[in-house]
Amino acid sequence: MENLFGFISPGILSQILVGLSRTVILFIVSSGLSLILGVLRIPNVAHGSLYMIGAFMAYSVSHLFGGGTAGFWIALILAPLGVAALSFLAERSLFQFLYEREHLMLLLLTFALSLVFGDLVKLVWGAEYRSVPVPFIFQGYINLFGGLPFPIYSFFLLIMGPVIAILLWLLTNKTKIGKISRAAAVDREMVGAVGINVSWVFGIVFIIGCSLAGLGGVLVAPTVSVTLGMDHTLIMEAFLIVIMGGLGNVWGALLGALIFGLTQSLGILIWPQFGIVFPYLAVVVVLIFRPTGILRSTW
Amino acid sequence: MTGSFFRSRSAWAIAGLIVLFLFPVFFDRFYVYLTAIILLTGLCATSLNFVLGYGGVFQFHHAVFYGVGAYGTALMILKSGLSPWLGFIVGPVVAAVLGLIIGLICIRLSKLYFGMLQISLGSLVWAIVYRWYSFTGGDDGIHGVPLPDIISSPNGAYYFTLIVTSASMFVLYRMLKSPFGSALQGIRDNPVRSEMIGVNVRLQQLLALTIAGFFGGVAGALFVVVDNTVFPDMMFWTLSMELVIMCLLGGWLSYLGPMVGAAVIVLLRTYVSGITVYWALVLGIIMMLVIFFLPNGVLGYLDRFLKKKARAR
Repeated sequence: MENLFGFISPGILSQILVGLSRTVILFIVSSGLSLILGVLRIPNVAHGSLYMIGAFMAYSVSHLFGGGTAGFWIALILAPLGVAALSFLAERSLFQFLYEREHLMLLLLTFALSLVFGDLVKLVWGAEYRSVPVPFIFQGYINLFGGLPFPIYSFFLLIMGPVIAILLWLLTNKTKIGKISRAAAVDREMVGAVGINVSWVFGIVFIIGCSLAGLGGVLVAPTVSVTLGMDHTLIMEAFLIVIMGGLGNVWGALLGALIFGLTQSLGILIWPQFGIVFPYLAVVVVLIFRPTGILRSTW
Repeated sequence: MTGSFFRSRSAWAIAGLIVLFLFPVFFDRFYVYLTAIILLTGLCATSLNFVLGYGGVFQFHHAVFYGVGAYGTALMILKSGLSPWLGFIVGPVVAAVLGLIIGLICIRLSKLYFGMLQISLGSLVWAIVYRWYSFTGGDDGIHGVPLPDIISSPNGAYYFTLIVTSASMFVLYRMLKSPFGSALQGIRDNPVRSEMIGVNVRLQQLLALTIAGFFGGVAGALFVVVDNTVFPDMMFWTLSMELVIMCLLGGWLSYLGPMVGAAVIVLLRTYVSGITVYWALVLGIIMMLVIFFLPNGVLGYLDRFLKKKARAR
């Protein structure tokens, strides 16, 4: 072990850990996006707004319960449910009438929705910066690799990532709704022909995907300042991750998020000024060699 | 003879130009500025529609060319020491070259994949401009670009914008009516058949992307003239989405549709954001209404309405 640290400096190791905890957030959000894109074929630009709403809901809920740390755990349950309710409303009132329309129209509709959501957030929560306290048991730092402090909360995130990935895999591969939705992704008319209400299956998948965005928002809330506009860059990143990994593929989203998160955090170390450029370059390189993503897409 | 002339498109175009030429005589500075912004935004949306509506290519991040054209012009004027007029050529040419490069990388992909890779490359350009403080001014942008005397007054800038925009609109229109334009629309409607009858699909699309990049860059250069500034938000992806909305709102399939869409959006943004800070909410609701009830845009609706009326008569 001592030799290993000789080769890799502690700075790089801690940066990798930062990148991995970023990966978890990116993965949770983009897996929801991937699910919606794979099954419903909606390029959901409003996904980022739902992530932002999730974070703001986490703020409200944790303040409602005294601003203490118990609030976070309640928010972890309530905020995704709130986002799910919102997406249920959107799906039943708007999207279900547009499943047959072309991608461009759906993209524009979701962009319109993201504008509306963004202003609703401004209306409800205002334009100030908000912060959510880190839950009590995860407060503080531990010293790693020769004394570099690393927040305990990030370890919690590192556990959450694989847990969500496994749950999603179980959902899509082992449950009835998952199997139906995978079938509907391939041939929605056939699924309808055997007597399954495809519209409701789509609705449920949409809600699950959106609540993942909300969950991502809650989980990120203690680590960043919650503010308007936090959706703009995230949604772009999530889209690129989904495209890079392969549309509709949960493991692809995980792989894409890993590449994106690590190139982002290590890029800053290599070239501080232009670190932001590296993940985009990674996407370009991946898509030049594998135009439809690393893993098999469901389309 | 005279009757058919007055009903022809060129007569309407000339009438419109005369009105626009006389505009600064009757209206004050603010309205002149606003009209110039509408014209150049409309040119940008029209150049997008050239590939999106007529070419069927999902150019989701068109604002990059608008921004690069503006930055190219401004930086050329500020840093090269050559004639400022050269900047107005360099900016669009850089945008066209970028259009070609991005096109070359993306062209193998289809539809949504094309659009997403295009957005990612565009975001890469945005990220570089946003971070390169020493060259592009970073997130502050560049303010107070010195211009030739003739176009530095508000009216001078307006007339320059009007002349360049109408010339560009004319060139784009002629291109769409040329065999190249027909090939482009043929590819949109049926790429497989076009390939079969000997059209080089990718070459035509690349050509269209380069042309669209060039005129997007022209619009950006005009923005430098009218507003004297450039800033990285000019090439953020949300602006690209707004450009797509302009095309949709006015109508993809009518040539002046994007111009009408640009006028509506720019006017709405100016006046609604004067009343309320919730301008995006208004825009979002308008967009939803258009998507549900006017899928062919305002001009598409008018067109069908007039045809129905003519048939009834």
